[in-house]
Amino acid sequence: MRAYTPKDNVQAKSYYTDRFWVAPQVAKSQVSDDAVFTADLEAIKAKFDVLDAYIQVEQMVVVINPEDNYDVLELLKNECGYTQLSEMSAIDWLATEGKFEIFYQMLSMTKRKRVRIKCKIDEKEAIRSVEKLFRSADWSEREMYDMFGVVVNNHPFMKRILMPEDWEGFPLRKTYPLQGDEFAAWYEVDKIFGKEAREIIGPENRDPARIDRYDTQRFSRLGHEVPFGTDISQGEPDTPLVYQEQEGVFMVEKFDAEKSVVISDRQR
Amino acid sequence: MAQHQVNYLKDGGLPVALTTIDKVVNWGRSNSIWALTYGLACCGIEMMASGASRYDFDRFGTIFRASPRQAELMVVAGTLTKKHAEFIRRLYDQMTEPKWVISMGSCANTGGMFNTYATVQGVDRVIPVDLYLPGCAPRPETLQYAVMMLQQKIRKEPASRSQKPKRLM
Repeated sequence: MRAYTPKDNVQAKSYYTDRFWVAPQVAKSQVSDDAVFTADLEAIKAKFDVLDAYIQVEQMVVVINPEDNYDVLELLKNECGYTQLSEMSAIDWLATEGKFEIFYQMLSMTKRKRVRIKCKIDEKEAIRSVEKLFRSADWSEREMYDMFGVVVNNHPFMKRILMPEDWEGFPLRKTYPLQGDEFAAWYEVDKIFGKEAREIIGPENRDPARIDRYDTQRFSRLGHEVPFGTDISQGEPDTPLVYQEQEGVFMVEKFDAEKSVVISDRQR
Repeated sequence: MAQHQVNYLKDGGLPVALTTIDKVVNWGRSNSIWALTYGLACCGIEMMASGASRYDFDRFGTIFRASPRQAELMVVAGTLTKKHAEFIRRLYDQMTEPKWVISMGSCANTGGMFNTYATVQGVDRVIPVDLYLPGCAPRPETLQYAVMMLQQKIRKEPASRSQKPKRLM
């Protein structure tokens, strides 16, 4: 029997979760199935330790030691023809393994093949920059640092790229709350007005399902607009849609459709 | 009686219109609302469409200016991120009085669908807002209506006094 959960305010949260749902796994196959990948893997294995290698969705995945990352990418770029680093970032496995997984997605235009190099590092461990090999890694590594807090050595400009420089926390970590921690919730208030303004401005409203028909400060009343903050709990005034004041506007003439002229001769 | 006698009290009798200073000043203000170009996201596209020929904000006297010093209306069109919050406050402070703010679209009103760590949950947390414009994104007609509502609001305000302090800080 499924555990009982309160059903009030169900629009605000999803109360149904499938406890027995298992994420489907993409099938893996042997590297020896593909001649091109077999040759590439042999080239890597000749110089470096390979912890795991397999083919997934027609791409070879090679797991290496994190200290070899620069040299393996150099080998793949200069000798195996993988001249592009199309993507790189980190994956947060801190909860299950206590490690970050760094992946480098490589593309060879001549071989028409893609290879993914993976390595795992500890939370406080730094990784060597591959920016000298691929210029595209410059911003990717900054983003990786910004979002996960993975420090990259030898990077020319190690700074946050998306979040403000004085931001605290790393938003793409699994432990980071989606709606932000306390620092994030008060960031703009603290920065602009100072911490003493928190009480005046008040906390953020994070409930997307909240509706209060008598709240004329936070809710607009389409077609029945009232001035900001009007008390309408005792019945609201009937305010029909008007574009201008009834008595007219000083020095502004109202448009009269009867007096308008439709020009039929376009060549006039 | 000479035929050229002018009836001074009738319309067109004399090139004079009797009114109050408030009305004249407010007429000028409400018909020359210069807006700061402030497209932050997709609402900015609708704002640009409102300024372009089909909806033609120029006939309201609403001309988009690229400098806050020349603008008196800020149409916050789009998602305000926390990183950008200090800049919107600085631009608002740089605008000359009197100044008004239209918060355009769901994101500017409440943060909209971006219920995340990086989005300001409503620009009224940072700058005082005069008019909230619902929609995602509001059509140009809606922004046009908002500008007309703002014109009404300006006409109701006394022109001689300096503006009342807005409720935020």
